[in-house]
Amino acid sequence: MTQIVRTPHEGPRAASAKRPGRSAVSRRSVTLITGCVLSGMILLLALVSLFWTPYAPDDTSGGRLTGPGAGHLLGTDKLGRDLFTQLMTGSRIAVEAGLGSVLIAAVAGVTLGVLAAFAQGWLDDTLSAFLDILIAFPTLLLAMLIVAARSATLGSAVLAIGLAQSAVVARVVRILVKRVLAQDYITAARTSGTSWPRIVAGHVLPNIWPTLVVNLALQFGLAVLAEAGLSYLGLGAPPPNASWGRMLQEAQATFTTAPAGALAPGVLLVLLVIGVNLVADGLRDTLDPATGRRRS
Amino acid sequence: MGRYLLRRFAFLLVSLALASVVLFVLLRMLPGDPANALTSVGASPEQIAAARHSIGSDRPLPEQFTHWIGQVATGDLGTSFVSSLPVGPEVGSRLNVTVPLTLAAFVLAVLIAVPAGFVAAYKRHTWYGALLSGASQLGIAVPVFWLGMILVAVFALNAGWLPAGGFPPDGWNQPGEAVRSLVLPVVTIALVMSASLIRYVRSATLDVLGSDYLRTARALGSSFGRAMWRHGLRNASVPVVSVLGIELASTLLGAVVVESVYALPGLGSMLATGIAQHDYPVIQGVLFVSTLAVLLIGFAADLVQRIIDPRLRGRLSGGAP
Repeated sequence: MTQIVRTPHEGPRAASAKRPGRSAVSRRSVTLITGCVLSGMILLLALVSLFWTPYAPDDTSGGRLTGPGAGHLLGTDKLGRDLFTQLMTGSRIAVEAGLGSVLIAAVAGVTLGVLAAFAQGWLDDTLSAFLDILIAFPTLLLAMLIVAARSATLGSAVLAIGLAQSAVVARVVRILVKRVLAQDYITAARTSGTSWPRIVAGHVLPNIWPTLVVNLALQFGLAVLAEAGLSYLGLGAPPPNASWGRMLQEAQATFTTAPAGALAPGVLLVLLVIGVNLVADGLRDTLDPATGRRRS
Repeated sequence: MGRYLLRRFAFLLVSLALASVVLFVLLRMLPGDPANALTSVGASPEQIAAARHSIGSDRPLPEQFTHWIGQVATGDLGTSFVSSLPVGPEVGSRLNVTVPLTLAAFVLAVLIAVPAGFVAAYKRHTWYGALLSGASQLGIAVPVFWLGMILVAVFALNAGWLPAGGFPPDGWNQPGEAVRSLVLPVVTIALVMSASLIRYVRSATLDVLGSDYLRTARALGSSFGRAMWRHGLRNASVPVVSVLGIELASTLLGAVVVESVYALPGLGSMLATGIAQHDYPVIQGVLFVSTLAVLLIGFAADLVQRIIDPRLRGRLSGGAP
């Protein structure tokens, strides 16, 4: 009995769950605004780099490995190229890689996942096995195979990352859809004669949508990271395109003597990925007020 | 459960057979003639034909496939075109690096992520709850090789506490050296892996905390700890186990970047070299072994999920009934 009496006094958590007051709303917008500012900054760098950079990307007129200072905002790399210019072109490559991969992953993954969720018996098992095997190929290794088959270009990298991620997205979608399909309200809808397409549109997609958006945003971040990893291994966009991953690889040997080159690309990468993830979180809370209230 | 085990095992074998076929066919679609790897530049057509004959790539595909499967069934993964050494023992010695690396990182990641994720959810209105969520946000965004570079710069180059890379030539015969060389790679992978795990644990915990059954249990007089133990833990662990399975599987070979940062002779770097040299037996052997590992991990994850959640029984694989 004491338990029941105590429950209403659980504290601010219980109170805020019942009353989506000012704090929940402002927190949501702080997340969204921070995310937009961070990813917007990188996006702006990428857009500006299309028209203008402080130096030409292949201009090696600067001294080698000069520190930050006059003429070169962040200094130069070991070939005398302006570091800030490299960072700007790198941001363009990162955004392209993220968008391209997520597009491929979303289209292929959602289609495959919904189909797999509806499949029964051996077809379901075969599709799951297929997804398991696709996931068994880590993104980077699939990318290596594709790069070996084609050539080391940004397109190969994006194709590989998108394909690998579509398996992950499909698997997540399949599990989400199956979980929704097991709910009583689906049985109720079926019993009352609602058709499957209407159930998918009316019950399944709205229920998986918030999780899916969060997942796709995470995939964007992972795609940017994967592209950086590929470039680090020398399998990404070929020179003179300065990918952040390759910049880091080139700066690794001089980490202690010229730390700017080994830190700046990493910092921008982290900012971009965090920014996109925050946007996703903010969006999820807006799209799904129920979880938004609960999770704020 | 016994019947399920049998069916699931049969399914495992069928998947493995299917995967072998797909693997074999895919690899034969790669451009580049492996015979080139065996002959010097400017070899005569006769020499190239002889090289093709010696490795059997002049025979029809089905024959090559049955030959390979026959070998694999007896535990022989073939012979490298490039080094002329058997692939099996080489894979074995690479596994001596990759398996401890992966498992240690996995265990460390779980030890970090499960308590941290729970606290991040349950204490989300406190400063340390928010700090944990923030830390995991940051961790997800950090490229694994960059974290490795920074750890090397701080702990190996600056402080000199640990080696910057490499693995002792005698391997585990020098246990102290071997462990020391794996510390930084393990921490690198574990930190990155736990960052994403924390998010899953946190969100699964939040789902449970907001659930009707937990509120009902509390309303019926159950203490919070008891309600979480009896109802929360089970429900929260089902999605987490499935994520754990995927994470473990993808780390096994996905460690290739970390292996590259730390110059470790692992399975990932073996595959990378094999792909660069068009060394079919090596690629095939490594991918076969890793596919087997991934399927076994999926098998284990399915089993664990079914023990945890009786609602899933009756289905062969995957999330919900």
